[in-house]
Amino acid sequence: MSLLEVSGLTVHFATDDGPVEAVHGLDLSVGAGEILGLVGESGSGKSVTGFSILRLIRPPGRIVRGSVRLDGRDLLTLPEEEMRRIRGARIALVPQSPRTALNPVITIGTQIARLFELHGDLSRRAAWNRGIEALDQVGVPDAARRMGQYAHQLSGGTCQRVMIAMALASSPQLLIADEPTTGLDVSIAARILGLLRELGTRTGAAIILITHDLGVVAETCHRVAVMHAGQLVETGTVRALFRQPLHPYTRALVRSIPRIDREVALEPIPGAVPSLLHASPGCRYMARCPHALEVCRKNKPSLDVVEADHRVACHALEANRAAVA
Amino acid sequence: MPPLLKVEGLSKSFPMRGLGPMLDRMRGRRTDVRAVDGVSFDIAPGETLGLVGESGCGKSTVARCLLRLVEPTSGSVRLDDTEVTRLNGSALQRLRHGMQMVFQDPTAALNPRLSVRRMVEEPLRLHTTLGPSERRARVDDVLVAVGLGPDFAARYAHELSGGQKQRVNIARAIVTDPRFVVLDEPTSALDVSLRSRIILLLEALRENRGLSYLFISHDIATVKYLAHRVAVMYLGAIVEQAETRELFANPLHPYTRALLSAVPIPDPDARRERFALAGEVPSPVDIPAGCRLRGRCPLAQPICAQPVPLREAAPGHWVACHLVGKG
Repeated sequence: MSLLEVSGLTVHFATDDGPVEAVHGLDLSVGAGEILGLVGESGSGKSVTGFSILRLIRPPGRIVRGSVRLDGRDLLTLPEEEMRRIRGARIALVPQSPRTALNPVITIGTQIARLFELHGDLSRRAAWNRGIEALDQVGVPDAARRMGQYAHQLSGGTCQRVMIAMALASSPQLLIADEPTTGLDVSIAARILGLLRELGTRTGAAIILITHDLGVVAETCHRVAVMHAGQLVETGTVRALFRQPLHPYTRALVRSIPRIDREVALEPIPGAVPSLLHASPGCRYMARCPHALEVCRKNKPSLDVVEADHRVACHALEANRAAVA
Repeated sequence: MPPLLKVEGLSKSFPMRGLGPMLDRMRGRRTDVRAVDGVSFDIAPGETLGLVGESGCGKSTVARCLLRLVEPTSGSVRLDDTEVTRLNGSALQRLRHGMQMVFQDPTAALNPRLSVRRMVEEPLRLHTTLGPSERRARVDDVLVAVGLGPDFAARYAHELSGGQKQRVNIARAIVTDPRFVVLDEPTSALDVSLRSRIILLLEALRENRGLSYLFISHDIATVKYLAHRVAVMYLGAIVEQAETRELFANPLHPYTRALLSAVPIPDPDARRERFALAGEVPSPVDIPAGCRLRGRCPLAQPICAQPVPLREAAPGHWVACHLVGKG
């Protein structure tokens, strides 16, 4: 069994017009030392999935169904008290905008040291020194001086490294990194991703990397899960998915980005992510899909195994195979 | 064909304020931030020049100097035959009629209290003598050209998505029929699916309207897609410049090589060597003498302490590195 097993996760957000199905029947698993890429456009439910695993969904959001098992224990049934001990200690989050996640009126050092006091049961002085080491480890230059500074004095890349250092303070079993390189310069981004890979190998932590950048996925992850409109449409090893993207949405994502390794014609993904209010009972990609069939309107396609560790949720599998052949 | 825009020796320094810098100045040390330091390039009619580099390299300051949104410290900027740096008053106003800019943050660039029509019309009121009905027709035309349609004219910024907001910003920049538009990270704040549509829109507008672009971005794949030529900036100076295809096939400057090798490629089978630089970008207050990259470059030699001008290593391929062509 994998370290993390999510099954049937369904998250609704209540609105005046009815519930918005932000995540619908999602199954995911991540093993120790594995990096799973969670990709999709804005509004596909990637971040909601990440927050649900930590049970950080606040009203009007609500986890309606499903289970989130960490080491076999369902987190969704734990009392809040116990969940609080798991957050930060066993599951850590690197949030999307590191600068706003840091407290602006407390020094970086105080924020990091507090974590080591809490999780490592260290004295204040020892915790401070561990903080310097932690910043050193994630490649923050001049770590001792940085400890005395505030978030606004640091660059975006440094803030992100501080957040990673803080997430690692408790040696978590699972790290959820939400767009950790978005908006950063490529050389800084490359270092952050290198850091995540190294972390997986060194500590055996499982990592969920939420991103919209397929380049980042190809270079960093072992497996990928592609989300569209709150549902998983395709999942598999990085190699299988890039060689044989069987869901039309996965192919559309790949073709919609300019790339430096080859000359390609850009093809934007047609349409937009559909409204998840009164979502269709059929395939949610149908309106944007070039291969849509009659059956897609009524029946939601199940996530079927097409080969070892490669699953696709699409009725038009033959058209898909022809498209990648 | 003579260039539309010609920039020569453009520099911009910002003075540092406060007691520390003042004491340093009394001791005879340099205390200004040299954000842009002797940048030269030109752009032909209908051409897109890509300007790439990391945060703080001075690329946005270059853009702001071109439009005189900040005053350059020295150097020359010529649009056609007009020396932009000497204009003032009404002549500067007329210049902006022919030279426009699209900013990175589509939301911050819009006025939340004005309708789309008012915002797109504003440049016409400022820069032209068109009457109300002509302005109305022009705004409708340009809204169609950016793929929104006249229906959007009555909307306000909060009713628009990120992609639609950026289309309004583009409409506003092209409504006066400028010949030259500076695009400062126009796609960086957008989601993947919107990004490709804005890229295609910009390309279509350039072709249909004969626009020239200075396209500034740290998104190197997008620059490769849109630009005819690319200039690479590091610490306030251009270190390499070449035709896009040539630059990507044959990057010569170690900084360019490092930058390109860090761009993630969406292909798990791509085998590549990472060319990494040591340390971090130094502060633009103490720019190293000689080659700016010297302290971080794995190939650095004693000669790199000498000043290094841009020179033509191959036809149209300019590079500022002592070691290029020396084995």
